[in-house]
Amino acid sequence: MPDTAPIRDGDKIRCDACPVMCFIKPGATGACDRYMNDAGDLVRIDPHIILDRAVDRGEPVVQFLERAEDWDGDPVTAGGRFVTAIGAGTTYPDYKPAPFIVSSQIDGVDMVTVVTEGIFSYCGVKVKIDTDRHLGPERSPVRAKGEMIGHVTTGEYGSQMLSLGGVNHLTGNGKKQGRITCDAILDLCNGKPVELTVDDGATVLVQAGKPPVVNGVLEERMRVGCGSATIGMFAQQWFGKVDEVVVIDDHITGVLSEHQAGKVLGVKETGIHMTGRRSTPGRYFEVAHPGTGWGGTAIQDPLSILGPFDPKVAWAGLSMLMISTTGEQFAYYELDADLKPVARELPAALAESVERVKENCEPALSTVLFMGGAGGSLRAGVTENPVRLTRSVKDALTYVTCGGAPVYVWPGGGITFMVDVTRVPSNAFGYVPTPALVAPIEFTMRLDDYAALGGHIGHMRSLDQVLAGEGGRKLPQLDGNPWPLAPSDTKRSHG
Amino acid sequence: MREPPLIRLLPDGRRIHLQDGPIDLILEAWGAPAAVHAAHRAAAARMNGLLDELCEELAILRAPVGALSPMPTGAVARRMRAAVQPYAEDCFITPMAAVAGAVAEAVLASMVLSAPLDRAYVNNGGDIALHLAPGQSFTSGIVDRPDRPSLIGTVQISAGDAVRGIATSGRHGRSFSLGIADAVTILAAGAADADAAATIVANAVDLPGHAGIVRVPADSLAPDSDLGARLVTRDVPTLSEAERDQALDAGLARAAGLVAQGRIVAASLHLQGVTRTIGRLGSLEETEPVRRMHYA
Repeated sequence: MPDTAPIRDGDKIRCDACPVMCFIKPGATGACDRYMNDAGDLVRIDPHIILDRAVDRGEPVVQFLERAEDWDGDPVTAGGRFVTAIGAGTTYPDYKPAPFIVSSQIDGVDMVTVVTEGIFSYCGVKVKIDTDRHLGPERSPVRAKGEMIGHVTTGEYGSQMLSLGGVNHLTGNGKKQGRITCDAILDLCNGKPVELTVDDGATVLVQAGKPPVVNGVLEERMRVGCGSATIGMFAQQWFGKVDEVVVIDDHITGVLSEHQAGKVLGVKETGIHMTGRRSTPGRYFEVAHPGTGWGGTAIQDPLSILGPFDPKVAWAGLSMLMISTTGEQFAYYELDADLKPVARELPAALAESVERVKENCEPALSTVLFMGGAGGSLRAGVTENPVRLTRSVKDALTYVTCGGAPVYVWPGGGITFMVDVTRVPSNAFGYVPTPALVAPIEFTMRLDDYAALGGHIGHMRSLDQVLAGEGGRKLPQLDGNPWPLAPSDTKRSHG
Repeated sequence: MREPPLIRLLPDGRRIHLQDGPIDLILEAWGAPAAVHAAHRAAAARMNGLLDELCEELAILRAPVGALSPMPTGAVARRMRAAVQPYAEDCFITPMAAVAGAVAEAVLASMVLSAPLDRAYVNNGGDIALHLAPGQSFTSGIVDRPDRPSLIGTVQISAGDAVRGIATSGRHGRSFSLGIADAVTILAAGAADADAAATIVANAVDLPGHAGIVRVPADSLAPDSDLGARLVTRDVPTLSEAERDQALDAGLARAAGLVAQGRIVAASLHLQGVTRTIGRLGSLEETEPVRRMHYA
């Protein structure tokens, strides 16, 4: 992800990669010939990405700028480099050895990394959008530029899942849909924002690692819990300060005086009457239709979910807090002589608890996982006997990475994996007009395992040869990603 | 984001690659292992902040040198200025014309100071500073098209020669050229001198007013180019033999003047497959007679 937006002057970009600070016009490079203004984006143009382990070890990539005195004169050794598949190219659709089969010795162990860019016709993204707002009914089409590119799937904790792309949208429904699907999932994978509309639902601006924007409103927080859980978490803090609390939630709306947590504390009955379907005491399903109002419901006026208070139980002056699960919406009422709620200013003692609810909400994000399956010919680039690669991956002898990032390999047949796109170096994904996405994939294993599975041993090149021969771009290993060449724990690729 | 500079030992285990922004150096030293090690350290230390130091005075360094132009303060910047000064009287030139050579010289000087070395070179994208202890020599390859390197000749430089700088300029390199030469290679006393002279001679290889040559204002390509709105060469059509000779003759006349004045030792000019050489340049045959000023 870019740190900060570059400075612009019209269509020119001020490059801040070095103190020369070149102004670069579209299509031109800076004085170094390394950075380019690519249609408004400042990009490095050396194509092939090689990760540098120095940063992973907590050392600066190069020592001499700030710490020339400390430098011992020994440059970074090749053992700290990992050749990623980003920009490596592919031999698809030929049954040829992969573009790079790189041997290296790590801590005395001979390792091989087979590096190739895969062309994935079977691929898509799974998007998790942290929001309580209703994005649309399950199974609703999700559209980009009016074309269906996926659908709404399950609601998960504090979030909505979308499934976008996949072979049917890419190649099964005509050229236009395929192209728009390809564009949208490519942009999502490369960390760019994409506007999605859900049939009978919301419009969402989705960008990996950034808060979603639902119907033009930036979603800042995930709910602290469902309405019932919120009652449970905050009952103690409300007790004695207010007579009744209603936490409005599209899933389970909670009512303090009826809820187990209130009962335990000895909260008095209030004679409140809720709409919706009571699940267990103090927990209500379906108090309103889903929507983008309070707590993921369509509610704009919270009183709309209350019936009249029971005159035998309620009393004039009874105080009530109504709040959403994120604390973003709240209202405070007191009953008048006719037991009708009248809005009042929120007392300071309760304002604190509202803040506390907000404070306990995690930042809302959109997260994007790329999911693709490595097919026959891609595997053939690794070994003459493709099924053995699959078995080797399943047996955890082969560690799969995507641009050096860890992946989750699905159990079962094939090599179908998922990767968090924010852990992959930026702009790692490409496309071909098929349409299909191009994604980097690297298979790392011990040399003897590679030989055993029928690997293209004759096409191996040493890491030094690759580093010498390619004008690769060196990037620090992304924070938090395990070092792909660490020989001991290949099993982590299985989640 | 300020990208950290790169330092690495190339896989041959001998050469060091240092890169910071547009500075891109390959260097190598010969001597006792401890001396070579010390030289590598010194080179890295000299690179520390070198680009930042230059960039502090970038406005001065990008301005044409004239009687009233301010004198830069940094050592490398002053060396750039001194190298282009001889040309400032009769043509447009900025200290940037010598930046690559001056940087190479500065890094080489730090290496030579740090330890006794038999030989060393610092190659800054084709502008090369040399160190030769007595009795030592270098053989350097010469290419006619820096964008498509193929060796067209070699040049041997010995400790006794008055050459410690080699520079190449032309329209295929990283900098813009006002002329049409594919490449001009200069041997001179220092890398900064060679760099400035290569720029001047490459600019002189030209066919002013030729309709087929595409020229565009430098600042339309690179908004902050030191060349401002001056027209730089973008494309040269295939020239007739007469045109080629005319352009090369113009460049050779300029080079001959520099040789005669003792500012450079030799020059090799390349244009569309033809190479003309003036002064002694190793395996390349000297094609031009030189009138040296015996009284200078």
